[in-house]
Amino acid sequence: MNLAEYKGVYVYAEQVDNVISGIAYELLGKGKELAAKLNEEVTAVLVGADVKGLADSLAEYGADKVIVVEDPELKEYRTEPYAHALASVINEYKPDIFLVGATAIGRDLAPTVSARVATGLTADCTVLEIGDFPIVALPGKEDEQKHNQLLMTRPAFGGNTIATIACPDHRPQMATVRPGVMQKIEPIAGAKANIIEMKLEFVPNNRYVEIKEIVKAVSDTVDIMDAKILVSGGRGVGSPENFKILEDLAEALGGTVSCSRAVVDSGWKPRDLQVGQTGKTVRPNLYIACGISGAIQHTAGMEEADIIVAINKDEDAPIFDVADFGVVGDLNKIVPQLTEAIKAAKANK
Amino acid sequence: MKIIVCIKQVPDTKGGVKFNPDGTLDRGAMLAIMNPDDKAGLEAALRIKDTMGAEVTAITMGLPKATDVLREALAMGADKAILVTDRVLGGADTWATSTTLAGAIRNLEYDLIITGRQAIDGDTAQVGPQIAEHLGLPVISYAEAIEVKGDKVCVKRMYDDRHHMLEVKMPCLVTALAELNDPRYMTPGGIFDACAAEITTWGRADLIDVKDSDLGLKGSPTKIAKASDKVRKGAGEKVTPDSAEDAVAYIVGKLTEKHVI
Repeated sequence: MNLAEYKGVYVYAEQVDNVISGIAYELLGKGKELAAKLNEEVTAVLVGADVKGLADSLAEYGADKVIVVEDPELKEYRTEPYAHALASVINEYKPDIFLVGATAIGRDLAPTVSARVATGLTADCTVLEIGDFPIVALPGKEDEQKHNQLLMTRPAFGGNTIATIACPDHRPQMATVRPGVMQKIEPIAGAKANIIEMKLEFVPNNRYVEIKEIVKAVSDTVDIMDAKILVSGGRGVGSPENFKILEDLAEALGGTVSCSRAVVDSGWKPRDLQVGQTGKTVRPNLYIACGISGAIQHTAGMEEADIIVAINKDEDAPIFDVADFGVVGDLNKIVPQLTEAIKAAKANK
Repeated sequence: MKIIVCIKQVPDTKGGVKFNPDGTLDRGAMLAIMNPDDKAGLEAALRIKDTMGAEVTAITMGLPKATDVLREALAMGADKAILVTDRVLGGADTWATSTTLAGAIRNLEYDLIITGRQAIDGDTAQVGPQIAEHLGLPVISYAEAIEVKGDKVCVKRMYDDRHHMLEVKMPCLVTALAELNDPRYMTPGGIFDACAAEITTWGRADLIDVKDSDLGLKGSPTKIAKASDKVRKGAGEKVTPDSAEDAVAYIVGKLTEKHVI
């Protein structure tokens, strides 16, 4: 493998039902920053059926080029045809870095592709930087230190440890990236994509699975990852009915309700509202944790919030270790009064 | 039919993570358990065995003490257990691990391979799909239901906002979510038999079509540059107000100060 042949930062522009997923724009934001450091370009890879029309929006979010692979076999996500598309792009264009969202699609697609092109893959990254490997050169082996490497940082062990990983001898350097962590750029209105269409053959074989049925979850809720204000409830809320007081507070603040894993496991709220290691990573301006003890699996998904307020009657609850403003007390009494106070404060403006 | 289930022994993070006085993880103090997603995968295989008959083989790669989870698998109802262990396999990343397991599985006959979606120590979800890739098999990840119909397997594949009902001809590989089922307990008779059962142990020499350069730490494309226990964000203020009114006044004051309201 001649590593020098591999150039550019590529991001997989995930789309579902021909709508670009937010993670694609987040990856472009980070990809642009990495590409600038390497003096390279950022390229989006768009795969699907009749998706070319989406390319301009990728340019608006920073893509210098958009490689489009279209085929009727790619209408719905399936591992094999999508892996064939990405592996073909990698073999043809030889990217230095290839980023994929750590979604239910990306966490299936990226491992398959990385094994197919025989490179390393780092999962669920939260920090990506360009740096040296080893980070500190070994004494007497300074000339063996590699520069301009992708350093990929990820939590492991349920969020209890963090590791920074490099992929020094294989290309592309591949990572999946947790949604909600990287920042999009301000869109460049009216940007037009520089499109490269790649023609590939998609011949169904034993590895093509058949989709018998697609069942979409009915949800009229806002995606908690997009919310600026979250009022989040844990087991301490006591009952599904009692979530009403949290919903009222969220409404008064112009926010939305989220929850901990315990709440989902009890069947009180659907999984798409779950914050944490096995749920979603959120970084709202304000996160109000009500009756959430704050196990590390939960805090891993919310500690990047700008302001964290915690209300819990257990003064030793670990949530207070990450809260900016902790209040020891009964949420049943505090939350309804807080709602009224916020309504009053807003009415006075 | 023949089913292979890949399982991993992991430290239990659920029952409370233990720390050393210096704030680092005390791995030795944590219980070693069968990874929950893998256990659900094993249970799914055993249910297929219960309803239509199957030979279930549990396989793990790890240190010799990983025989504990293999004996647990036997006590739950698995028919055979294989430990893949060798000094040259240590320090493997997901590429080297999947290469090793694929090399071991090439010795076996199978219709269906089930792995857990991800292990609770690494959380990568990569080894299952990578084994499938090495073996040239179709893969279905994130399974919340698995059913065998004739020579096909039908799987409920979960996504964030939907699921797909998928069907594929075997052989294939499916990765299981812990939500798939509630795994059964070991039976006393099963435990008794499992203690006496023979566990097949394979080393490097037993791996088929695998290069030395793809194994262990040396064969891992990803390298750890730095590892540390997470430094948690420092605590802010904590108050214990005398009344709900005081609590509300405190919160509203802080939110106003921070220009949230």
